[in-house]
Amino acid sequence: MTDLPTSIDATLALLRDGGYVPDRALATVLFLSLKMGRPLFLEGEAGVGKTEIAKVLADRLGRKLIRLQCYEGLDVASAVYEWNYAAQMIEIRAAEATGDIDREHLVEDVFSERFLIRRPLLQALDPDPAGPPILLIDELDRADEAFEAYLLEILADNQVTIPELGTIRADRAPIVIVTTNRTREIHDALKRRCLYHWIDYPDFARELEIVSARVPAAGERLSREVVAFVQRLRAEDLFKNPGVAETLDWAAALTELDRTALDPTTIADTLGVLLKYQDDIARIDTDRAGALLEEARADAAE
Amino acid sequence: MSNGRLADNIVHFARALRRAGLRVGPAAIVDAIRAVEIAGLATRDDFYWTLHALFVSRHDQHPTFDQAFRLFWRKWGLPGAGSTADEGEDEAVEPAAPAAARRVSEALFEPSGAAAKTAEYEVDARLSVSEIEALRRRDFAQMDAREIAEAEREIDGLRLPQDRVASRRMVVGPPSGAVDARRTLRASLRAGGDLILLRHREPRMVHPPIVVLCDISGSMSTYTRVLLHFVHALGRQRRVTSFLFGTRLTNVTRELRHRDVDEALAACSEAVADWSGGTRIAAALHAFNRDWSRRVLGQGAIVLLVTDGLEREGVEDLAREMDRLHRSCRRLVWLNPLLGYEGFEAKAGGIRAMLPHVDDLRSVHSLEAVADICRGLSRAARGIDPRAWLKAA
Repeated sequence: MTDLPTSIDATLALLRDGGYVPDRALATVLFLSLKMGRPLFLEGEAGVGKTEIAKVLADRLGRKLIRLQCYEGLDVASAVYEWNYAAQMIEIRAAEATGDIDREHLVEDVFSERFLIRRPLLQALDPDPAGPPILLIDELDRADEAFEAYLLEILADNQVTIPELGTIRADRAPIVIVTTNRTREIHDALKRRCLYHWIDYPDFARELEIVSARVPAAGERLSREVVAFVQRLRAEDLFKNPGVAETLDWAAALTELDRTALDPTTIADTLGVLLKYQDDIARIDTDRAGALLEEARADAAE
Repeated sequence: MSNGRLADNIVHFARALRRAGLRVGPAAIVDAIRAVEIAGLATRDDFYWTLHALFVSRHDQHPTFDQAFRLFWRKWGLPGAGSTADEGEDEAVEPAAPAAARRVSEALFEPSGAAAKTAEYEVDARLSVSEIEALRRRDFAQMDAREIAEAEREIDGLRLPQDRVASRRMVVGPPSGAVDARRTLRASLRAGGDLILLRHREPRMVHPPIVVLCDISGSMSTYTRVLLHFVHALGRQRRVTSFLFGTRLTNVTRELRHRDVDEALAACSEAVADWSGGTRIAAALHAFNRDWSRRVLGQGAIVLLVTDGLEREGVEDLAREMDRLHRSCRRLVWLNPLLGYEGFEAKAGGIRAMLPHVDDLRSVHSLEAVADICRGLSRAARGIDPRAWLKAA
């Protein structure tokens, strides 16, 4: 088990070791969240590395990563716990067959931990020899408000109440990371319990560093041009800007195609990796791509 | 600077932020002081992001915080290493949005006395029953102040229909639905476990949220006040996100959340810079599509677009933005007060560009029409096909 970082610089180094290139602001917030034991609430456009930070953290700290992907209609049965009904029925049937039906006993028996199916949130409260796990609550905005309210108990007190069984409390709180894409606003009550951070698109230097770390096979020139082009593209009036994830995909795709530099035709052929809306692709035609590439080359040369 | 003074200054800073409109509770201040102790005061940036993590909880609060931070800590002196290099960097930071700057400077440099209250008065102007009957069909543009007041009272009383969609959550249902294993088991145990009585469940029905985009340009000015009343009334019954647009788009959801309708409207007029000016529908829709559609159209929202559609320039852009909007929401309803005129024909270029992309076209020129909208929000009571207007013209 690796110890938690003891300073902002150590946090920065920890993430860099894992191939994640954070800015100092993110490292500061993450360090505070680890130190104060408060959940980290990350907001930002899709593909800026919100989910990735949890994965890297789990990997570097040697902790278990428990991921709860939120979706509309996510309820207690699939997020926290469920009873194993089939096994319970058999238990009742078996009790009937042997003939000793003691009602009190049967209820206690059937609603015991033996028949409990533990879902991610409950798993996160289990003691782990490797240290408290990292609980990633991904895309919370997709779940409905009722579920958000349910999370309050877990985030504030690290406990879950099961009516039939009682309250289950974690000895040591899990490291919680909540992410949202802002498809709706999350209620203030939940945000108040967390440390908030908005992750923005990285600047040229940092994005270049990310590409070099993640797609080492791409040459120096290609990486510079790809990053400069994507940076230019984000300044265009697009419906959906390409994220860092798209930049990495694109760099990897161009490497697979054995390209060492960009040219307008290649851009036009592979634009689908970067832009996911037809309107946006139509806006960046070969001419526009050529013009952007010229500007990007000038940026990359600096 | 000693720790005691630093703590005091953080408290003062938090108060300044609160006056500038950020929600900073006492718990956040205590946490912030602790966080600064943990993070240390090595650099200005660390100090900045430490306070940022505790005091900012929404992305749009960032400019206000940024401005306040720079003003406040320059005034009181930065704790720790406040080198000259930092000062130089200070100037390079791009200026915050003017609105944030104004709020911050008011919060920091002016006494926090309550704003002067305008005189409040109430006129009791109730009409007789027969007058109300006539009023229901009268165009809002032709009403006098007393009649408008009456119309607003009527609007307050409107009830929305049971317009509902199935959510993915389950509730107790009739025996035709799926079996609810958990309740079945608990019920059978209650009876001693010999009988298994099946319990059932069905999807819970919820009201879909509503998004209102309301045109407040000059050509709509006679309707604006009444329509805002209508939006306010909607907001008390449903989850409503509201936007006003003339030459630019303003989100007034928070302003319209005031319980008192007059306060809500006053807050709106403060928030909006372009009352009764020109209109650029295509640009406003573009801004909505780009900045807001993904955030507010998530849960199967119904969009009410209130505009007369009189756009002179950029008709192609308008068609494209309407198309995008239409494909992003569950249902797009266009409310057009011009429809109240008898001789209405879909001839104007803007109107012809918008019509193919709406699910429903309705009028909002009179009380009766507004009541009709309330019924029309449910899918069953669908009006005439909007495309019919294209053929007619």
